[in-house]
Amino acid sequence: MSDRAWVATRKGLFELRRAHDRWRIGGASFLGDPVTAVLPPDPAAPARPMIAALNLGHFGVKVHVSENRGETWQEAATPVYPPQPPDAGADLEWKLQQVWTLAGKGDDVWAGTLPGGLFRSRDAGQSWQLNEALWNDPRRREWMGGGYDAPGLHSIVLDPRDDDPSHQRMLVGVSTGGVWASEDGGASWALFGEGLRAEYMPPERAYDPIAQDVHRLAACASQPDAVWCQHHNGIFRSTDGGRTWHEIRDVPVSSFGFAVTADPNDPRRAWFAPAVADVRRVPVAAAFAVLRTDDGGHSFAVLREGLPQSHCYDLVYRHCLDVGSDGRTLMMGSTTGSLWASTDGGAHWQTISTSLPPIAAVVLERG
Amino acid sequence: MPRVVFTQQLARFTEAPEIDADAATLAQALEAAFAANPRLRGYVLDDQSHLRRHVAVFVDGRRLRVRENLDVPLAPASTVHVFQSLSGG
Repeated sequence: MSDRAWVATRKGLFELRRAHDRWRIGGASFLGDPVTAVLPPDPAAPARPMIAALNLGHFGVKVHVSENRGETWQEAATPVYPPQPPDAGADLEWKLQQVWTLAGKGDDVWAGTLPGGLFRSRDAGQSWQLNEALWNDPRRREWMGGGYDAPGLHSIVLDPRDDDPSHQRMLVGVSTGGVWASEDGGASWALFGEGLRAEYMPPERAYDPIAQDVHRLAACASQPDAVWCQHHNGIFRSTDGGRTWHEIRDVPVSSFGFAVTADPNDPRRAWFAPAVADVRRVPVAAAFAVLRTDDGGHSFAVLREGLPQSHCYDLVYRHCLDVGSDGRTLMMGSTTGSLWASTDGGAHWQTISTSLPPIAAVVLERG
Repeated sequence: MPRVVFTQQLARFTEAPEIDADAATLAQALEAAFAANPRLRGYVLDDQSHLRRHVAVFVDGRRLRVRENLDVPLAPASTVHVFQSLSGG
């Protein structure tokens, strides 16, 4: 387990370092600029630099890489969409709005974006290729805005069992557009998601896989067929790699939220950060709780020790709850700039800050 | 020759010096600037080659209203200002 973490915020990228079980904020990169996603260094891919995605308010999305763990940065290439064909339909969003997530495996880097494109870079961000198989799938026209006005691809789950990139199994989650799967490194795609249920749709379409507002997907690293989904109106679990899902009922506190993180070693264990509901995105009773299940969703522990229990209006967004490779270290950041960490699986939390900028992503480095 | 002036806010990110461009249109003038610094293109135009939503262009003091067609005629004495909008910050 590494003693470093990265927090991407509305006003810069912050480095966190741990010493003697205490986390402290270190340096800041891009101070003042919105950072939307970060891919830290990976000991399993030593040739790959660290990557950060910015979304400059005036001048658009930019990608920067660092060869020295964030000490200095160089601007790299930005993913770009091909020219919009005249017959594509004016209603279809066709411009890069934001890099929403970054994922890496070996020297491959993937970027999920608003308005929904999946991009791949094989040269550490110096060039990007749009995944045209998914982008040109006619079913994509059914995607809708979820967290933003345009649909967005926020989760990229790469199966760690696959070594050959051309046979890479992967899942992507779209808000709103369901769970998509590839078994050939993105050359072809299937729409998964049987069993997901959308309360916000007309009854006859409640189980339509493409109508599912997946908020976040997270798989157990050591048993990747165990996948968790924090969905717009519930928590779901799959034990067959995302093909079929069952809804977890009787969730304490609330089953609404954005974030889920999966234990890398135990497929039955995951953490969630609930809020009241879509129409009231604040903690239940203004008291912050984290949920942890240790038994595949049959029961949940409600974890509050060290978290604010009165007048708390923090919301933990989908990329802002992460568990380390030890399965015990957790870090969590909120849209009001609070940052918390736990060293014991969420039983106790320490407050690192309550005054950071709005937090877009929290990533613990893998050791 | 028309002159193109960029907000120096851009200097935080990439070089954007004033240039005199042998150009008859705004599109040509911007292309001359991008030829000198290719990275500048992505800061001013989006991936569909439209003027970015929160970038403001003034030609001889008048704000450009269109974002998609930049074939706006320039006079030899024209000055183009490329600024950031107040929105988008």
